[in-house]
Amino acid sequence: MAKLINLTINGTPVTVPAGTLVVDAAKKIGIDIPVFCYHPKMEPVGMCRQCLVEIGRPMVDRATGQPVLNEDGSPKLQFMPKLETACTNPVSEGMAVFTETAKAKSGQKEILELLLTSHPLDCPVCDKGGECPLQNLTMEHAADESRFIFDEKHRAEKHVPLGDLIFLDRERCIQCARCIRFQDIIAGEPVLGFYQRGRNTDIVTYGEPGFDSIFSGNTSDICPVGALTTADFRFGARPWELKQAASVCSQCPVGCNVTFNVRREAKAGGGYVIKRVMPRQNEQVNEIWMCDKGRFAGYQYTEAESRLMATPAGLDAAVGQAVAKLVESQSETVFLASGRLANEDLFTLKQLAAALHAKTYLYTQHGGGEFTTAYGLTSGADLGALGKGDTVLVAASDLYNEAPLWHLRLKAAAQRGATLIVAAARATKLDEFASFVVRYAYGDEVATIQALPAKDKIGEAIKNANNLMIFYGSDGLGLAGTTALAQSCAELFSISPVSQLTGSPVSQSASFPVEQLTGKPEDRTTEQPEDRTTEQPENRTTRKSNTGLIGVWSTPNQQGALEMGFRPAENLAAELAGKTVYVIAADPAGDDPALAEALKAAKTVIAQDILTTKTVKLADVVLPAAAFTEREGTYTNGERRVQRFYPAVPTRPGTKADFALLAEVAKGCGIALEGRSPLLVMNRLSTAEPAFSGVSYETLSQPAEQWPLIGRSDLYYGGTSYENKLGLGVTLALQPKADRQSSTVSGLRPKENEFLAVPVTKLYDLGATVAPAKLLSAHIERSAVAALHPVTVEKLGLGAGDQLSVEINGAQFTFRAALDASISTGVVLIPRSMGLAISAPALVKLHAAEKA
Amino acid sequence: MPHILLRHRDIPDIKNIEVYKQNGGFESLKKAVTTLQPKQVVEEVKASGLRGRGGAGFPTGVKWSFLPDNLWPHYVVCNADESEPGTFKDREIMTYNPYQFLEGVAIACYAVGATEGYIYLRGEFYPIAEQLDACLAEMEKQGYLGDKLFGTETSIRLKTHLGAGAYICGEETALLESIEGKRGQPRLRPPFPAVVGLYGKPTVINNVETLTNLPYIIEHGAAGFRQNGTEKSPGVKIFSLSGNVANPGNYELPLGTTFRELIFTHGGGIPNGRKLRAIMPAGASSSIIRVDDAVFDKVMDTPMDYENVQSVGSMLGSASVILIDDTHTMDWVINKTIHFFKHESCGKCTPCRDGNYWMLHLTERIHAGQASAQDVKLLDSVAAQVYGKCLCALGDFSTMAVRTAIERFPEDFEKVKA
Amino acid sequence: MSIAEKYTDEIQAIFAKYPVKRSAVMPLLYLAQRAEGYITKGAMAEIADLLELDVTEVAAIVGFYSMYHDEAAGKYRMQVCTDLSCALRGADAFLENLCQNLGVKVGETTPDGLVTVEAVMCLAGCDKAPMFQLQQGDQVSYHENMTVDKTMELVEALRKSSKQVDE
Ligand SMILES: Cc1cc2nc3c(=O)[nH]c(=O)nc-3n(C[C@H](O)[C@H](O)[C@H](O)COP(=O)(O)O)c2cc1C
Ligand code: SF4
Ligand code: FES
Repeated sequence: MAKLINLTINGTPVTVPAGTLVVDAAKKIGIDIPVFCYHPKMEPVGMCRQCLVEIGRPMVDRATGQPVLNEDGSPKLQFMPKLETACTNPVSEGMAVFTETAKAKSGQKEILELLLTSHPLDCPVCDKGGECPLQNLTMEHAADESRFIFDEKHRAEKHVPLGDLIFLDRERCIQCARCIRFQDIIAGEPVLGFYQRGRNTDIVTYGEPGFDSIFSGNTSDICPVGALTTADFRFGARPWELKQAASVCSQCPVGCNVTFNVRREAKAGGGYVIKRVMPRQNEQVNEIWMCDKGRFAGYQYTEAESRLMATPAGLDAAVGQAVAKLVESQSETVFLASGRLANEDLFTLKQLAAALHAKTYLYTQHGGGEFTTAYGLTSGADLGALGKGDTVLVAASDLYNEAPLWHLRLKAAAQRGATLIVAAARATKLDEFASFVVRYAYGDEVATIQALPAKDKIGEAIKNANNLMIFYGSDGLGLAGTTALAQSCAELFSISPVSQLTGSPVSQSASFPVEQLTGKPEDRTTEQPEDRTTEQPENRTTRKSNTGLIGVWSTPNQQGALEMGFRPAENLAAELAGKTVYVIAADPAGDDPALAEALKAAKTVIAQDILTTKTVKLADVVLPAAAFTEREGTYTNGERRVQRFYPAVPTRPGTKADFALLAEVAKGCGIALEGRSPLLVMNRLSTAEPAFSGVSYETLSQPAEQWPLIGRSDLYYGGTSYENKLGLGVTLALQPKADRQSSTVSGLRPKENEFLAVPVTKLYDLGATVAPAKLLSAHIERSAVAALHPVTVEKLGLGAGDQLSVEINGAQFTFRAALDASISTGVVLIPRSMGLAISAPALVKLHAAEKA
Repeated sequence: MPHILLRHRDIPDIKNIEVYKQNGGFESLKKAVTTLQPKQVVEEVKASGLRGRGGAGFPTGVKWSFLPDNLWPHYVVCNADESEPGTFKDREIMTYNPYQFLEGVAIACYAVGATEGYIYLRGEFYPIAEQLDACLAEMEKQGYLGDKLFGTETSIRLKTHLGAGAYICGEETALLESIEGKRGQPRLRPPFPAVVGLYGKPTVINNVETLTNLPYIIEHGAAGFRQNGTEKSPGVKIFSLSGNVANPGNYELPLGTTFRELIFTHGGGIPNGRKLRAIMPAGASSSIIRVDDAVFDKVMDTPMDYENVQSVGSMLGSASVILIDDTHTMDWVINKTIHFFKHESCGKCTPCRDGNYWMLHLTERIHAGQASAQDVKLLDSVAAQVYGKCLCALGDFSTMAVRTAIERFPEDFEKVKA
Repeated sequence: MSIAEKYTDEIQAIFAKYPVKRSAVMPLLYLAQRAEGYITKGAMAEIADLLELDVTEVAAIVGFYSMYHDEAAGKYRMQVCTDLSCALRGADAFLENLCQNLGVKVGETTPDGLVTVEAVMCLAGCDKAPMFQLQQGDQVSYHENMTVDKTMELVEALRKSSKQVDE
């Protein structure tokens, strides 16, 4: 714990850790010192000069080293001749800060006036109007009349597209450089810069195509004026008309906390419409950030034209048909569900299936989840606490594309001193920040991971890690490959000393790696309010909280499904023939022609979904479900944190939440399940499922003070990211250790004229939850490439960007060819969900596509 | 008296390394490296009382002693950005007396334990950089730079780096950013370059003229150096004299020489029978000294050193003395200076960036006779508003001439709109 | 031809100067300007690649420093100092006359594309006003104590020598 420092601000005493900046100390006691360039997530630069205050420091007698005292015995203060910036000065013992003196106030007003000489003050038509720190300050402090001649005001371009997602109003920009610094320091993509200098300074990007970063939306949040606006929201609504609905992003396993801003609109018949997605602060999960996929595709699919709907009567009829099928098929039923479902849905499904003695499978190509329930993260985990002495391994995952916020946070962890090992068959964006990059050939994943301990430095880093965190993905792998990979990753824990510290086996906790609670405060981790492991007597032993195995899933709640025991089928197609197949929130037919065939061979198909998918189209019975934006529920993220989402807009007519639909179907089958509210489902779930014990809607929504204070409700100090008033979520308890499986996966070896095609994940793909995002269409289009080694491309007589034909099992598919010099010449990378069904490595033939 | 810094005026071929050597060249470097401990060099320079010639006049030896002993490597960076309007002394030194200058840089490197030194020249000094590169190559060839200097364990290498047209790069932290390949914008201080400087390492930054004094100090000792100048401002200084003067140019004179001697004895007085009206002793950043009949003698008899110039309401700065005769008015002068500062403001901080933009509009209108009395007041108030609030000193610099012009030459601001 | 191909040795020497690659950006930009007379977007991208920077980071440097040009102009840029000291010695009038003689306005280029006349800030030649610098690519030369006649002679000489080179 840092040393505590006592100071006064405007006479009010405050105690804060050493190193705290004056501006943050003031914020802590509710004193707002205006800032523009300072952002609590970035090192201060002191460039806008808005935060001028008077700072007195106790005088010390040079000769004696004793404090100099006033006549009344109080310490004599020394002031600088000039005002000082509160954002750059750390607190010191006995400091006295004055933010309200005439001198300080006039300094702040003067800076404000200078800023306004080049700002259009077009608040009435500005998207930021209503949540703008400059507007607030101007209302509060600016003179009624400008001393500046209007005609001489700085004029500049408006509506400059920096890319297709972010627009710049050069006139409004106050040159605080927050956006530039965010891109450089936090996102690690320095694609914004200043051009020119002095008053001519402009924000520019020279990147192609445009503002090319997957974190670009955040710059709009932290822009303290309306200079940067997002393409989806600009001219969309006024902030003060908007209501907030807390939610969790459903695009990836990170589970960024978000807020949906909604308002009532005539075009929705006076109903609520979502206007934008904003990040919501959760320091352990997404801090105050989110990625552009979450922002620009986060809810759009729930409004897609292909949304399934029915009349209430139609829905009842569909439920009736489903019931009839199930009553008939009973245990000859197979349920197939994906991690797109909420915990409450999955639990209801599990109960229904159990009552019918039917089989359930998790629909995923990413196996090995059983290891994450046993070796996953525990309470108190926080990627933000990783640092020196900790080791993070990322295996077969391109986090930048698969889980952008994890990429961001691991980059930061590496920069704080954590040892980051990136093991991948190709170059990924995280390589730049890694301490070690391990490159292997596709197919050698398991062998590579198994060989890590024997490597000098890497082995050391794993063996001596204070905390060992392992992310494993599915880059180039299918179900079998990922399962084997998960096991080899889990085995690494046994060579790490964290495992040597095994305590007595604990009922619900994994038996390793554990550590006796030493009582030694583990910095930030002990401050976690929901550190349940320390509260529960049976968990007197606990592991280091930042140690564990994390699956980089493709859905928001695969972890929740795994925790409840859902597992993928080894040979799914074979399981479906002749059965009544009840598919929920999954589109096997769309993903894979072979599965489409298998469904056709099923006796009956019941499809429950929100969108019209290929599976829905061939189903006998269709149950339209409500989207996550229209209901309550919880997701369990990859870090095993259960988080609540709330309804943002009303449920569409003729749809119901998945758990409610399932409960109704169950009721028809004579099985009584809870279908009234997710809260009641969670009450049962937490009793029935050991991992969820102690989880309740109340514990999930317990708010806690977070640092830094973002201050959404007053001066938008840290930007317009929302304050978290609805809880930080709860991390699950660990499950018993998974059984070891054999981990032999036979690698495919291409023959003459053949190539090894492996599936890779792109951030922007044509998956059902991304494709409807119109704003991202150009980005999706750019992602639709098959990557080859440059030598291969040349051999095929192609150039980058040319059409490449991929022949797989007799079927043809074309992609634009892209270059990737980091892979071997016999490999082609095929993006998932881009039209070509490839769920595991496969052998293909390649040739130049015939020109149309 | 023979020149100390502008020795080429006495020995025209001194830019030839052989001529330089014949005239005692590199003896000081050799003496320092072979007979003195680095600490002793620092102490000698401290004792000499040498003050930085780049403008601020900070004691050089004291600055060197701030470098921490436990953080390495150390760097020496020479500030050869020379961009203050009215300053042109470093250019003459580097062009005509390059070896003495480079010897000085090498001595500084030895004193602070730097094996590497950078000379940051303004981009316009391209030909000088070429020449210095040739000189450096020659010195390496002859064993005055490189490894095992004079048979000791000492290594010193010097390199030139060209700026590209930015006055702000004369500000020491902006200069460091520029060498690091970034926009030349000042850094937040603290930490000071002595602790976190070039590439994050402890760094000494000194002006060309400052460093060119070093061979003399090592040769003649602190006492020898103090033969010239005053107690608090010892040594000689190059005064760059420009503007309305008969013989503009550089004059190497002891600190404490009077304005009268500089302007009339050396500069040949004001040409065309005009009267001297104003002096800007520190270039465009000066507070303007008014030279009325009433104060003429007082000003003329003021010794030009760091303390005394303050007594007439200005600063010595880099001693770039600009003379303004009675054909010019101050509204024109400050329009020029603000034009400069507006152009050179780096834009990092609000008061300088927006203040200069605003002040330029005002001075232009005032100079064009289209302003009201209110505008003059406003200009003064904007200057006051900028002063003391900026990230670096450029912002303050921009306000000096403005405020003193309005205060001291009120009649020049009366030709305003009715 | 790329800068890397054209100036291979010089680039090596530049890299050797600094412990950090990024420091080479200014010298490399000068090379780019030597190659084309101004700095093209392509050159910025190439330099970004060489230094492992984003092209925007390179552009930000180009934009900051006034001696880098991102647009083509005359073969020579005649940059007349009109700052205070020079102005006190008649630089403004010199510039005006010069422009009249060349038939261009400040900022414009002579019709033959030879000379672009610009007004610039102090060049540290205050005692020898009127003066200007001639910038060509990365090279600079000073011309001091100038008159309009002397300048016109210089322009003539430049015109001749560039014709010879062109032919
Ligand atoms: C805007 C600005 C411009 C400056 N320009 C120069 C310059 O051109 N040359 C110089 O030596 N110092 C210049 N300085 C002063 C330097 O920051 C620094 O104080 C000096 O180089 C230190 O060297 P010295 O101690 O030898 O004087 C400038 C300062 C500021 C604030
Ligand atoms: S005072 Fe001017 S030059 Fe200095 S940091 Fe501020 S804007 Fe830049
Ligand atoms: S200088 Fe403190 S907030 Fe900008």
